[in-house]
Amino acid sequence: MMWMVHTVGRFFQKLGGDFLFYLEQAGRMGIFLGACLLSIVRPPFKLGPIVRQMHFIGSRSTFVILFTGSFTGMVLALQGYYTLRKFGSEGLLGAAVALSLLRELGPVIAALMVVGRAGSAICAEVGIMRNSEQIDALECMAIDPYKYLMAPKFVAGILSMPLLTAIFDMAGIVGGYLVGVSMLGVNKGAYFQQMYASVVWNDVKMGLVKSLVFGLLIIWISACKGYFLHLERSGGFGAEGVSRVTTDAVVLSSVAILVWDYLLSAIML
Amino acid sequence: MTQKNTKFAIELIDVERSFGQQQVLKKVNLVVREGTTTVIVGPSGQGKSVILKHMLGLLKPDAGKVLVYGQDMASMSKRQMKEVRKDFGVLFQNVALFDSMTVFDNVALPLRERTDTSETEIRDNVEEKLALMDLAEMGAKYPAQLSGGMKKRVGLARALVMKPRIVFFDEPTTGLDVSKSNEIYRLFHKTQAKLKYSAVIVSHDVPKIFKLADYVALIHDGEILGNMSPEQFQLSDNPVIRAFVEETMGPIYSSEREERFFYEKV
Ligand SMILES: Nc1ncnc2c1ncn2[C@@H]1O[C@H](COP(=O)(O)OP(=O)(O)OP(=O)(O)O)[C@@H](O)[C@H]1O
Ligand SMILES: [Mg+2]
Repeated sequence: MMWMVHTVGRFFQKLGGDFLFYLEQAGRMGIFLGACLLSIVRPPFKLGPIVRQMHFIGSRSTFVILFTGSFTGMVLALQGYYTLRKFGSEGLLGAAVALSLLRELGPVIAALMVVGRAGSAICAEVGIMRNSEQIDALECMAIDPYKYLMAPKFVAGILSMPLLTAIFDMAGIVGGYLVGVSMLGVNKGAYFQQMYASVVWNDVKMGLVKSLVFGLLIIWISACKGYFLHLERSGGFGAEGVSRVTTDAVVLSSVAILVWDYLLSAIML
Repeated sequence: MTQKNTKFAIELIDVERSFGQQQVLKKVNLVVREGTTTVIVGPSGQGKSVILKHMLGLLKPDAGKVLVYGQDMASMSKRQMKEVRKDFGVLFQNVALFDSMTVFDNVALPLRERTDTSETEIRDNVEEKLALMDLAEMGAKYPAQLSGGMKKRVGLARALVMKPRIVFFDEPTTGLDVSKSNEIYRLFHKTQAKLKYSAVIVSHDVPKIFKLADYVALIHDGEILGNMSPEQFQLSDNPVIRAFVEETMGPIYSSEREERFFYEKV
């Protein structure tokens, strides 16, 4: 009898402990975001660090975005062609490719690529700085780590993501054209004509809003995970601690992107 | 406005601090008088670095107060803390250089981030500091390309570049050869005479560090003993201090005695 009470007691103790831990973590992340956003609008404003971060997050991701974008467009055209042919409406292929890319796949896949490329790197960089007391050193030198480290990353992330998404969409439309028109023989005029006819500002806007939000999410989660490495429950020590939070950051960012993708679609449709 | 009148740069009052089950600081009382040098000595792992981190506001005490110029570090807002820290020059035990920046940029960082100094002035200032530390050729290297002692000296250059009012050096000469560490001590004297900063130094370099110290404090079992002049410290009646002094300075005396003994026998 006694052991049952004990087991049940321990279960609830663990449950409560977990709950408190996650609550605390959520609170910490919220405060972190607030501090970062505040530091963006607080002077002094320096362009140099933002440009450097945009180069890292944005320019350096261009190739992979071009590449994945064109393949996404190509497979969309391939799949779309055989589906549309059943209904005898291959002419709508351009519209189908463009709409899927603009509203859904462009922002989501581009964001997932940026998570893998830049999010992980940001998390590891900040985590290592935390681990080797570089962030403490910044604080002791009266340099605000939010302003100095975080603000440029946030600005660069939020600005880069829509641009990368636009590049992704463009590459996808070209890829779709190559497969649909050049390979499968859809009428060239129809491909673009239907695209012009069916894409409206709302579709573009949806993609734009999504990419802005995803940019913020990626930087927020990645930077925050690294920044609070030392407060991890599993003890964020050494190389293994950094690798663990980096994995966490990638998984969490990816999940957050898909969840917010649904939420934003539901709100804006 | 007691801030200006207090003659203590730093005051720790009954500071307690535990990590999990381990109580590292039990009841630490320590003052650092303005313009003087206080040296904290004691065996490894006793909490010297932990005390320093409390003074820097990186750790908060479980109980007790940490006053810097009369203001409590624990109850300060981030903004106030930043103001106080503008007067700090810090050398961490592990130096904590920014490892993706060159040596030059490391030293220049506080100037660039906190002042509107022009790039040419920054260059002059940083190069002067690096030359002082005998690192004139090293500006373009990255921390990972330096030896341990060189990193220490870069850390010192970085700590002194903003003309601090209080400096915190955690083992400034560990890993330096004798002539380099003598050089650092001379430099420390010179800059202190010029900048009149208060200093807290953690060091294992006993007894040499006593020449630098105005006050010596021994950490023992989570408490501070001494905090008296080096002469008083060496002659102290306190059994713990005496044991420490004999342990660290004893070999010199005993070897002298042995030498004499040896000559007498011959
Ligand atoms: N962040 C921390 N978490 C847990 N324990 C800590 C932490 N920092 C220090 N300690 C513990 O506090 C004690 C004192 O550490 P501290 O680094 O202050 O020693 P020290 O006197 O500076 O030693 P040394 O001369 O070797 O540098 C050690 O037992 C250490 O394990
Ligand atoms: Mg130490």
